[in-house]
Amino acid sequence: MAHSARRDSPELPDLSLLKRLARDQLIYLLEQLPGKKDLFIESDLMSPLDRIANVSTLKQHEVDKLYKVEHKPIVSISDQICFLIRPRIQTVKWICDVVNADKAAGKFRRYKIIFTPQKFYACEAVLEEQGVFGDVTTDEWAFYLLPLDEDIISLELPEFFRDNFLAGDQRWVRTAASALHLLHSLFGPFSKVYGIGRCSKMTYESWREQVEQGEQKARHAEIGNVFLIDRDVDFITPLCSQVVYEGLVDDIFRIKCGCVEFGPEVTSSDKSLKVMLNSQDKVFNEIRNEHFSNVFGFLSQKARNLQTAYDKRRGMDIQQMKTFVSEELKGLKQEHRLLSLHISASESIMKKKTKQDFQELLKTEHCLLEGFEIRECISFIEEHINRQVSMIESLRLLCLLSVTENGLLPKDFKSLKAQYLQSYGADHLLTFSNLRQLGLLVEQQPGETLTVMESKVGKLVNDRTAGKLTDAFSSLAKKSHFRALSRKLNLVPKSDEEYDLRVPRDMAYIFSGAYVPLSCKIIEQVLERDGWTGLEEVTRLINGHEFAVTGADPKSKSDAQRIILVMFLGGCTFSEVSALRFLGKEKGYKFIVVTTAITNSSRLLEALLDNNV
Amino acid sequence: MAFITANWNPLGDAFYRKTELYEMFWSLRDGLRDSLIAAAPYGGPIALLREPLRRSPSTRPQLEIYSASGVSITSFPWKSGPVVYLGWSVNDELLCVQEDGTVLIYDLFGSFKRHFSMGQEVVQSQVLEAKVFHSPYGTGVAIVTGSSRFTLATNIEDLKLRRLPEVPGLQGRPSCWAVLTQDRQTKVLVSSGPELYVLDNTSCTAVYPPGLSPQAGSIVHMSVSFSYKYLALFTETGRLWTGLSNLQERLSEVDTKQAATPRQMVWCRRPRSQQPSVVLMWDRLLLVVGSCNDTIQFPLEDQSVLVGELDGVRIISSSSQELLQEVPLVCQDIFKIASMAPGALLLEAHREYEKSSQKADEYLREIKEQNVLGDAVRQCVEAAAHEYDPDTQKALMRAASFGKCFLTEFSPDQFVTTCRELRVLNAVRESSVGMPLTHTQYPALMTLQVLIDRLVYRQFYPLAIEVCRYLKIPDYQGVSRVLKHWASCKVQQKDLTDEAIARAVCAKVGDSPGVSYSDIAAKAYECGRPELAIKLLDFEARSGQQVPLLLKMKRSQLALSKAVESGDTDLVYTVVTYLKNEMNRGDFFMTLRNQPVALSLYRQFCKLQEPQTLKDLYNQDDDHQELGNFYVTSSYRDKRLEGRLAQLQSAVDEYNKAKNDFAAKATEEEMRLLRFQRKLDDEKGAGLLGLSLQATMEALMSLGLHKQAEQLYRDFRVPDKRYWWLKLKSLAEKEQWEELEKFSKSKKSPIGYLAFVEVCMKNNNRHEAKKYVSKVTPEQKVKAHLAVGDLEGAADAAIERKNEAEMGAVLSRCSASDRLLMDKLNRARVTAAKK
Repeated sequence: MAHSARRDSPELPDLSLLKRLARDQLIYLLEQLPGKKDLFIESDLMSPLDRIANVSTLKQHEVDKLYKVEHKPIVSISDQICFLIRPRIQTVKWICDVVNADKAAGKFRRYKIIFTPQKFYACEAVLEEQGVFGDVTTDEWAFYLLPLDEDIISLELPEFFRDNFLAGDQRWVRTAASALHLLHSLFGPFSKVYGIGRCSKMTYESWREQVEQGEQKARHAEIGNVFLIDRDVDFITPLCSQVVYEGLVDDIFRIKCGCVEFGPEVTSSDKSLKVMLNSQDKVFNEIRNEHFSNVFGFLSQKARNLQTAYDKRRGMDIQQMKTFVSEELKGLKQEHRLLSLHISASESIMKKKTKQDFQELLKTEHCLLEGFEIRECISFIEEHINRQVSMIESLRLLCLLSVTENGLLPKDFKSLKAQYLQSYGADHLLTFSNLRQLGLLVEQQPGETLTVMESKVGKLVNDRTAGKLTDAFSSLAKKSHFRALSRKLNLVPKSDEEYDLRVPRDMAYIFSGAYVPLSCKIIEQVLERDGWTGLEEVTRLINGHEFAVTGADPKSKSDAQRIILVMFLGGCTFSEVSALRFLGKEKGYKFIVVTTAITNSSRLLEALLDNNV
Repeated sequence: MAFITANWNPLGDAFYRKTELYEMFWSLRDGLRDSLIAAAPYGGPIALLREPLRRSPSTRPQLEIYSASGVSITSFPWKSGPVVYLGWSVNDELLCVQEDGTVLIYDLFGSFKRHFSMGQEVVQSQVLEAKVFHSPYGTGVAIVTGSSRFTLATNIEDLKLRRLPEVPGLQGRPSCWAVLTQDRQTKVLVSSGPELYVLDNTSCTAVYPPGLSPQAGSIVHMSVSFSYKYLALFTETGRLWTGLSNLQERLSEVDTKQAATPRQMVWCRRPRSQQPSVVLMWDRLLLVVGSCNDTIQFPLEDQSVLVGELDGVRIISSSSQELLQEVPLVCQDIFKIASMAPGALLLEAHREYEKSSQKADEYLREIKEQNVLGDAVRQCVEAAAHEYDPDTQKALMRAASFGKCFLTEFSPDQFVTTCRELRVLNAVRESSVGMPLTHTQYPALMTLQVLIDRLVYRQFYPLAIEVCRYLKIPDYQGVSRVLKHWASCKVQQKDLTDEAIARAVCAKVGDSPGVSYSDIAAKAYECGRPELAIKLLDFEARSGQQVPLLLKMKRSQLALSKAVESGDTDLVYTVVTYLKNEMNRGDFFMTLRNQPVALSLYRQFCKLQEPQTLKDLYNQDDDHQELGNFYVTSSYRDKRLEGRLAQLQSAVDEYNKAKNDFAAKATEEEMRLLRFQRKLDDEKGAGLLGLSLQATMEALMSLGLHKQAEQLYRDFRVPDKRYWWLKLKSLAEKEQWEELEKFSKSKKSPIGYLAFVEVCMKNNNRHEAKKYVSKVTPEQKVKAHLAVGDLEGAADAAIERKNEAEMGAVLSRCSASDRLLMDKLNRARVTAAKK
């Protein structure tokens, strides 16, 4: 990194413990069904499972064949079948069909359903309704947390976002609380818990209940503080284009469970290649948090260094050569391989992103964030829709426009939506309905057209009264008012200064210096103030539910107090992770990010599409 | 103190002592005569039924229950049939075996709990004798009937009656019998005339005690030891045979010189006994017979009852209660006259020390010289534990503590635990409590947990709490548990108002961890006090815990809101399912409407399982917007166009009701589009159905159906820009350049002409692209020229516009071969900059 980290950064606790725990429990559960068995795995559990136990481990515990759950009749001939699934009604219904089909065919088998991370009553109700409750045994695999990296843990529950924020279904709250409880019992006791958002508050309460019910052991804390934050506190950040390397890779190639599949255009062969992206990859580790504009320079520097290392061979005698081969060469080769991979990935990104379009897209985003030349932005979006550049991108820009402007003017609202429907079909009526429900794409209410009213009123009366009136108006606003927040928290740095992306000043570097992510800014402010005092205005604009609770008394000013667990309920982006890493380096903290899933603009919006029910 | 050995009687190598436990509290008018008596081991309660066989209804016999110290617990007239036998279960429940084979179970306080029968045939043949026995499986009952048949129930909690095989030649009452538990099997040993039989499930085997003298005669009394390991047989000639209960080995055979059959015969042993003995009781005589042929005789003044214990025998008479036991070895070592055991010396040393005599030092020196001070302390502590008298205990503990001072690195654990234990034991031995437990009984079978349970059962709540606190038992297992029982008992007090009880419970229980108010409330509800139950439930902090009881009490609305409060969606769902089955649909929906969390949960479920219910839900709420969405969603599931259109029409109606003009209009347009697509599909087989407007137009254009595309453009008021882009792209892709040119001239392009240039280039036609360069607005000229690769044109345009940035852009595209051009541009730049 261009900027040096503080020396006194605390050490992160060893999260691989979570993997070991999960593996041991899974093995125990598999052993509960002795003998050979076929294992059916829910498709989105495949990758997480692979991080916990590979095929040979499963085979060791008498798993014969592995299948993906495909909601089709099964072909297995084994007389014992084990299903490893998420507690989803559709999947349970499919299992019922399988069992009933076997029954009809007079086939006798033993079935075991392992729900992960927990089972729901509704699932059992379905089993009962379909008359197979007595034919299957059920178990729970408490696999709550998958460490993706040394500072990222994922619950791998992408549906959390839609279920909780759109459908108002709170069943995952307990899951999140249990995950937090697991971390608390392994790395706690936590001495401070901060949070904002309704779901965070509920998660906190549910977790407290679990703590009170269980036994408490006095232990040496490894994680001191916790920050819980709802995704709907900040929709702006995930709606912006990511320009930090890791985020870009995710936007373009989609990182799945810490692993990315580079297609032929990157591998320069005819095969795709799966690559793990984490801190083990030394090259990646150094560029993941860098603004993309720096990545190339860094990589070429790296390539030169590598060449120098190779060049050392010249003029070596036999003995030196021997040590070189045995000690350094392998590392160099590995680094070389990774380096060439990331260089081609960057090239591929460059091809896509340095085009005129992308520059204009970024410019539009920045204008929206700054609240500048909104008309031009609207025309840009309109053209974007008309030319059918991308279904999701257009939707993203629409939402960004609405959220930053606190809704669209009725005329724009109608015409943009109509054009979108013409482009992508009338079924998106449902998508719009979802977006409206979440407040992502709304029409300005007469009382909410703050900027308009403000300017009008401002002309009529003197400045002081106008200020008061502004306050009065903003209290009328129901949802977050981005402009006010932005002013209050100084989210958009002054554009007249040149921002050197090589030497970032603040977290804004992750968006080319145009915007400090709101979520991370709130975290920074709360940690700095040790609570919410002085942020009353901000919390009111965000719509509250903030809390700060002092828990176990920290015995000493230990390192653990500077390790902060940030839990994003509803997903977080790689850009936010990068921003927090930057913040940690600046302030001497270490952040561990726990998220219900890694998200980005596409995942966020795809979760809200409703045309493929 | 000095006379501690005064009540010791030698028996072989060992000594036996008889210690008085209590002066009995009770005052029995007729003593223990003519009564059925049952006293439970481990210092359990005593039950007494006077004249059990009296049948006249006018004077019913009285059933009395006392604590071991004779404090009356309850007393009530016996109203059921004649009782043959009384016995206590391991849980301190009283079992009353009636003549007709019915066994009635009462609790300690005389409330009837339940009953069971020992079989139908017994009603006829009647029970002659019965025995209650304890085994690892629980409490069992054995009876012998008038037809001389035995029936067993090994565990009364899990009743399985076993009728044992017939005993050959047995008529009427057997002369004596006993229940044995061997090899995980319960057997009956029965003496019939001269024969001895073992009855098990399937067979009746004659057995012969090894070494029993042939002239001994038939067996008239028998007794099995507490652990079922030993057996004692008394013959008609007064000989006592003792041996192992499996009849493999004889211990001894003693002539008691008593001709009469003893009234009672009980083993008196202790774990690791030196000299096990049998205690025989006649009307006026108590005889202790050891296996060494020695005997001890005690005269009896009063009719008494013997209770076999793990480590001795309790002798209950109408006036007092005594414990007869072998003196533990360690006590023997210390107190035996002229003992030189280390413990004895230490005790003596301490005694001298108290007297401030220097002899103390001599004794100590003696112990230390032998290097046995540690042993001495241990002996004293151990002996103290075995002593019953607090003064003796104290003397021994003080001696131990004294000796400890001269020791380094001596673990205090034993001393501390013994002190604690003695305090607890002394407290429960108190005659008001009346549980005469010994040190051996206490940890061996009676764990601390059981002791507290027994105190709770006897309603000694304050003492139980004191014990818990004193022994620092975690609240979960200790104080809280006691409080829970107390509260459950409290809610049954009928003389107090709901309000008073609720207040009292809350004041005592507070928020002790582990006490569940919902459990207490459940108890109150069981006792028929629903109002109290509700009051108590309010104190329950975890709302989830309140739900099951509320449901049981049919307070479903309240249950639902509590479930929601708990945040446990599974619980909410349980209540919702319950309500769905309990209520009619209207009420059910109304209830849900007031609980948004439950409602969204149910909606989620319906979406997947019961779409129709979902519609009903929206209907109920007049949620037209959602209804509209619902119809739109289901329209996509409909394969037939007519069905689909009908669904969409319903959606339009709902959107109109919801005053969502936009959605209504959009849906109407969708319907129009669908009809249009259908028509074209039918006419031309275009395969358009389901495409978006844009895609439809695209498809039409690529099929060359420009007229139809234009119709759509007009009908659906497609913005000019969109249409122009579309047409431009489509024509270029199909390389219809003439058409394109015509199109470009049809009117002024709303998207400008740069788009034309770029699209043509994209389709690799520079020639066509160039045609449009001239039409491009001045601002875009440079770009346009660059796009077609005309550097000179671009340069000219830039120079003309005197725009530095554009000149730069052109420059950056120049290669080395364009030297002339570059010079020209650079010059222009300089001039522009000057201005």
